[in-house]
Amino acid sequence: MIARLLLGLAALFLVAFLLSPDSFAWLFRPLTSNNAPAIYTQTSLLSLTLSHLGLVALAVIASTIVAVGLGILVTRPAGREFLPLARTITSVGQTFPPVAVLALAVPVMGFGAGPTLVALFLYGLLPIFENTLTGLTSQPPDVTEAARGMGLTRRQRLWQVELPLALPLILAGIRLSAVISLATATIGSTVAAKTLGEVIIAGLLSSNTAFVAQGGLVVGLLAILIYEGFQALESRGARRMGTAGR
Amino acid sequence: MIEIRNLTKRYDETTVVDDVSLTVETGQIAALVGTSGSGKTTLLRMINRLVEPTSGTVLIDGTDTATIAPHILRRRIGYAIQGHGLFPHRTVGQNIATVPTLLKWPEAEIRARVDELLELFQLDPAQFRDRMPHELSGGQQQRVGVARALAARPELLLMDEPFGALDPVIRAKAQEDLRALQRQLGTTLVIVTHDMEEAVALGDRIAVMDKGRLLQYGPPDEILTAPATPFVQALIGEGERPFRLLSLSTVADLVQPGEAPGPAIPPEASLRDALAECLWSGRELLPVEGGGIVTLARLRECATGAGAATT
Repeated sequence: MIARLLLGLAALFLVAFLLSPDSFAWLFRPLTSNNAPAIYTQTSLLSLTLSHLGLVALAVIASTIVAVGLGILVTRPAGREFLPLARTITSVGQTFPPVAVLALAVPVMGFGAGPTLVALFLYGLLPIFENTLTGLTSQPPDVTEAARGMGLTRRQRLWQVELPLALPLILAGIRLSAVISLATATIGSTVAAKTLGEVIIAGLLSSNTAFVAQGGLVVGLLAILIYEGFQALESRGARRMGTAGR
Repeated sequence: MIEIRNLTKRYDETTVVDDVSLTVETGQIAALVGTSGSGKTTLLRMINRLVEPTSGTVLIDGTDTATIAPHILRRRIGYAIQGHGLFPHRTVGQNIATVPTLLKWPEAEIRARVDELLELFQLDPAQFRDRMPHELSGGQQQRVGVARALAARPELLLMDEPFGALDPVIRAKAQEDLRALQRQLGTTLVIVTHDMEEAVALGDRIAVMDKGRLLQYGPPDEILTAPATPFVQALIGEGERPFRLLSLSTVADLVQPGEAPGPAIPPEASLRDALAECLWSGRELLPVEGGGIVTLARLRECATGAGAATT
């Protein structure tokens, strides 16, 4: 109950701050020196936030489609041999530093949102893929057996039984991926993607701690809210199936 | 009618089911009994092609099952398993509607069928239709599992240890209900169990399996009185044999004219109950409700396998 109240307050604060940053100048003023501005005004914080969220959403949707697709593929009899390959691809995507991806992608794609999207997409594959795999391979054996025995075809079993049962785990994977991407997207501003990283970088360049703090604060609050939102969805699904706390 | 002809299943070097042939008449219950690893479950799963036989054929009403696509075949055959296998993300009603939905029945008909089945299994439709499986008790889940298997009115029902997860009290009741239901619907039933007691209680025919081979196939009294091999004898359990024999017949089969004092026993009680009553109350004669008596002497005769059939 208290946690809910705090989340609501956080959401309220975030919205208020983005709609009218100047009203919160008093909050950040102590962090400035030499009469530097307390609030970043180069670009509106709201538009940076929306573009940041858009970028993350696009990358996570792409990761989800590819990772879930791969997860389904390697759990079918015909695709089983691709499992090691898929594992390698997603692991490399996770271990290859996003900064390096940016550096490599810029010469090919130029400055802007493109390289950031690629970096976030690769970075987000692993959690979704691994969770899809776990979800699809850890189904209760009697349910699988019953589904076959009832005469569901392979495709019907996938859509009507396996994916719904794996959904809470897949959602957990998407949640991790979204939160990681939300933080990582800030570095996209080094190659001119419009993200909240712009505020943080501006703060670092001009030694204005207030900018760094407000950029970090918005990203952090977004991450918490998205994390909690997904978790609520997951536990709703799990409760329905009677597997809560499993 | 199901005819199983020379059915064999081999995994590499291991033969799990070895040249089994048996026939189950329409409307009868065949119980496959054996220890674990005897091949009884594999034999059952070859009937609906969850396992493909290495050799041999299964005919259902004269049609070779190998000529029907597996998923089409399975929609025609009811299938209930231990631990029920209900879909945890679907309501009780949706679970029961699984096969009718696959067969694209009209929605109104499906809804009517779900309610009909819930009532048949003594579950109030209004109360249970929209519940999730995990909200039911073990016995209720098991009944929903059987209701789901019967939903599309299959002529053949396969059950793999359907009562294995139930406690003994609910279990006896579930067996009784199943027996009554099967008589009422006329469904042919093949049931796998490791429990000879359950096989005797349910089966019109009992098939005893060991190490993939069919040792004996016959009516319960034949299995009990003339076990074909020492293994069958061991499975019956010698100490239990007279009581199992008595449990096959009812008092009505053995009633003879006469009068006796004391409380009467209902004619549909089993001979086993009658014997227990004789022993407990120290009487030689028991009056039967509706007239006549049973005598301890006749019960003793029956318990040696002389059989109620002779009366």
